[in-house]
Amino acid sequence: MSGGTHLENANPIIFQRTGERLLTATDEDENVHDPIDDREIFDLIRTINDPEHPLSLEELNVVEQVRVKVNDGESTVDIEFTPTIPHCSMATLIGLSIKVKLLRCLPSRFKIDVHITPGTHASEEAVNKQLADKERVAAALENSSLLEVVNQCLSIRSH
Amino acid sequence: MKETLSSVQKLSAHPDSRCWSVRWNPAGTLLASCGGDKTVRIWGREGGSWTCKGVLQDGHQRTVRKVAWSPCGNYLASASFDATTCIWKKKNDDFESLTVLEGHENEVKCVAWAPSGNLLATCSRDKSVWIWEVDEEDDYECVTVINSHTQDVKHVAWHPNQELLASASYDNNICVYKEEDDDWECCATLKGHTSTVWSLCFDAAGRRLASCSDDCTVKIWKEDPSQSTQDLSWKCVCTLSGYHGRTVYDVDWCARTGALATACGDDGVRVFKEEDGSDPEQPVFCLAAQVTRAHGQDVNCVSWNPKEAGLLASCSDDGEIGIWQFHEEQ
Repeated sequence: MSGGTHLENANPIIFQRTGERLLTATDEDENVHDPIDDREIFDLIRTINDPEHPLSLEELNVVEQVRVKVNDGESTVDIEFTPTIPHCSMATLIGLSIKVKLLRCLPSRFKIDVHITPGTHASEEAVNKQLADKERVAAALENSSLLEVVNQCLSIRSH
Repeated sequence: MKETLSSVQKLSAHPDSRCWSVRWNPAGTLLASCGGDKTVRIWGREGGSWTCKGVLQDGHQRTVRKVAWSPCGNYLASASFDATTCIWKKKNDDFESLTVLEGHENEVKCVAWAPSGNLLATCSRDKSVWIWEVDEEDDYECVTVINSHTQDVKHVAWHPNQELLASASYDNNICVYKEEDDDWECCATLKGHTSTVWSLCFDAAGRRLASCSDDCTVKIWKEDPSQSTQDLSWKCVCTLSGYHGRTVYDVDWCARTGALATACGDDGVRVFKEEDGSDPEQPVFCLAAQVTRAHGQDVNCVSWNPKEAGLLASCSDDGEIGIWQFHEEQ
């Protein structure tokens, strides 16, 4: 974690937030099978707070809807996220927050893969390996101080 | 396929948490399980079905990752994320905490007893493997700390009849250790997997090792006497690829039947058999039976019953234990 006063990326580019999802006629029809789609997954993660800036991951373009791939039939979710700078020390924490959010919100049948957009981080491979290791993720989430930081990223902030 | 893997029973073993590991006692009469709820549970047969005989709690402050029975069956060891290993002693139908082994810097990932019962090995995310000596007074003393791995050590397994230890790591390698002049040394490093090695297991004779990995393969390693002058040498003689859709978390080689079972992150349990008459230098293993949706979530562990041929236990992230029967072709 950085000391708190020094920001790694002091002037990030800020992107516009997406509007609310438009409901279709079948969305509220209980009789129609409604598979989970990319937009629903994106809505779950786009409001996650950046650990360093008072901005959402969407506003920093860390997450984008085109980098969300869900297959409801196969019960798989694949997310690519793009750190704002190639040496971002928060990359693992951001990935962990995305993973935890989806673990908490999605049915347990889903296999959730979270990794860095290829070519956008210096330690891409190491971060991806750590995020994919469920034993290390489980151990990390038993660490109360780390869990508190993750929960802060996942808390609802008024924009 | 003429072989089948049929479900005997499902047990809701560790509700609302993961079940990380299951292990049969040497007599094959009791099954120990452990999980994210910080407990160890003991399961026994009552009538035709398996039921919970005891819950060992208050031993650990965090997840219990793995359990291991001593060769005599009177002791149970549990490895925990709380950086300790508990030794439990069987008293009649109950277990009591005997001692707590401390020393690892962080999460203990695995524990295993040597065939003599006099040595115990533990490994940890702190990258080390510790060997403990047990005396007649039930006192445990650390005799060595080995730092051959460069990353988190996931698993340790002893040779079935020699004091030879193998370990698997996040650094993608397997190390084999033996005692040399009162000191334990890494005598072989097995390289070949391209990601984390999660587990490994010797065959009944101890001449071969099976390992499984995050690279979705299982590898069979064989002692290579042609290479060995002083150091042991092992070579990969077979790679099972294309069968597993995700990480392979565990592998167990049945000492009775020679069948190889795997636990996979794609929810499947699979059993492989070596083809009759296949070349020992290039053995061929075939998928004999599989249950693709064996559990509702990742399968973490598989364990063959040491006495009842074909009886297999598995456990999953959904907190359940599965008991299966593997039927061979007649």
